[in-house]
Amino acid sequence: MKRRGKQTLELSNRPWINAGAAIVGKKEGEGPLGACFDRVVDDELNGQSTFEKAELQFYMDAIGTCLEKAAVKPENIQFLLGGDLLNQIICASFSARALGVPFIGLYGACSTMAESLCLGGMLVDGGYAGHTLCVASSHFCTAERQYRFPLEFGSQRTPTAQWTVTGAGATLVSDQPGRQPMARIARVCMGRVVDLGVKDANNMGAAMAPAACDTLCALFDDTQTGPGDYDLVLTGDLGQVGSELLLELMVQNGHKLDERRYTDCGLEIFDREAQDMHAGGSGCGCSASVLNGRYLPLLQKGDLRRVLFMATGALLSPTSSMQGESIPGIAHAVVLETWR
Amino acid sequence: MNRQKVNIDPTRYQTMLEQASPNSKLGQGLLRAFWVGGVICMLGQAVADVGVRVLDMTAPAASTLASIVLVFLTALLTGLGVFDKLGQYAGGGTFVPITGFANAMVSPALEFRREGLVLGLGAKLFTIAGPVLVYGIGASVLAGVVFLILGV
Repeated sequence: MKRRGKQTLELSNRPWINAGAAIVGKKEGEGPLGACFDRVVDDELNGQSTFEKAELQFYMDAIGTCLEKAAVKPENIQFLLGGDLLNQIICASFSARALGVPFIGLYGACSTMAESLCLGGMLVDGGYAGHTLCVASSHFCTAERQYRFPLEFGSQRTPTAQWTVTGAGATLVSDQPGRQPMARIARVCMGRVVDLGVKDANNMGAAMAPAACDTLCALFDDTQTGPGDYDLVLTGDLGQVGSELLLELMVQNGHKLDERRYTDCGLEIFDREAQDMHAGGSGCGCSASVLNGRYLPLLQKGDLRRVLFMATGALLSPTSSMQGESIPGIAHAVVLETWR
Repeated sequence: MNRQKVNIDPTRYQTMLEQASPNSKLGQGLLRAFWVGGVICMLGQAVADVGVRVLDMTAPAASTLASIVLVFLTALLTGLGVFDKLGQYAGGGTFVPITGFANAMVSPALEFRREGLVLGLGAKLFTIAGPVLVYGIGASVLAGVVFLILGV
């Protein structure tokens, strides 16, 4: 039986994560995790004429590096599951144009990496694919010009604001172990949209924390596990405010997280003080690059045996914000185990 | 298996949120805004004074010169990628004087140049400054009508 409880799926064939790649920008390279990434690109235009083309280049590089590591060719991949933050997810679509792989475009805002891993895992576990490529990216410049203000506009960021990460992460999920397997996907839990009426687009962490709590509780209750059963609970980009709120919410809901075994990609990717990053990093690229750059290798080595990876997304648009709507959040969780 | 609905009361959550969210450092912010804004205004005054005393301009012409100089400097610093850092530091100090308006015009021009001169730059030039023009001019028209009626 694949279904466990209300929302969790048991991937009994435990698909293999055979490779992961993370390509990031200059600020991310200067952060505490700089050495973990496959490549740091200093030029924010990545040699291209527009920021959108630059983000596409990050995307393609992440895919290319991932496939190179796994020694798998695009023609052997059954599905590309990809998303980004741009209108009409053009980065993901244009990469699929280049790759020629059947494409499933995803929009989960910053939860896209987890969303794609959940679906990729399900497709492989169900025997529908031998290889799926799960990709997500974001770029500070493309996000700013689309969601907020022109780059050279001299406005002040609030203390709760987060910085969109420039980076892309790509993961290959397969039905057989590759030459250097990294991890296995044991369970997935796809989240519900939860909205508690937070309207401040500068405080996304607070908007997403309730969804994170909802999904975590669903997973714990469905599987009869608790925070103690995982070496690490890793959230995507709740940032300073969001993580604080999540910890409180989890206590109120009877599943107190162990703070020594909890961290957030948005808090890890930057040195918030030195780099003036306010509440931390955000964007699809945040969880995508930190998972692929730092945590998959730790699972590969066996330093971590079981990681609960959960990326969260804020499902607003500039239009909904301006019309006075609140911000719905979503969180998808993936239970990753070491391959050893 | 019946899962309990996760217990998060929206009103209570709002309180939690406010406690967890750090506020802007008001004291520091005000100080920075005042000193940077003050310097900018002093600069404008200095240019106007030079206009009147050295260049023999009339007062209105000298004020116009001051505006021109400030707008030019803002455009230059925006183009050099420096002004946004100044804005992050000073907040209202750069935003309130004419420098804010100039930056609000130049930054979209730079940004949307990539989408073409007509539909990009041309169309998006006033995305930020637009409301200032609309409501400023609108208010002045209204004021004019009121003054006319009152015979002022």
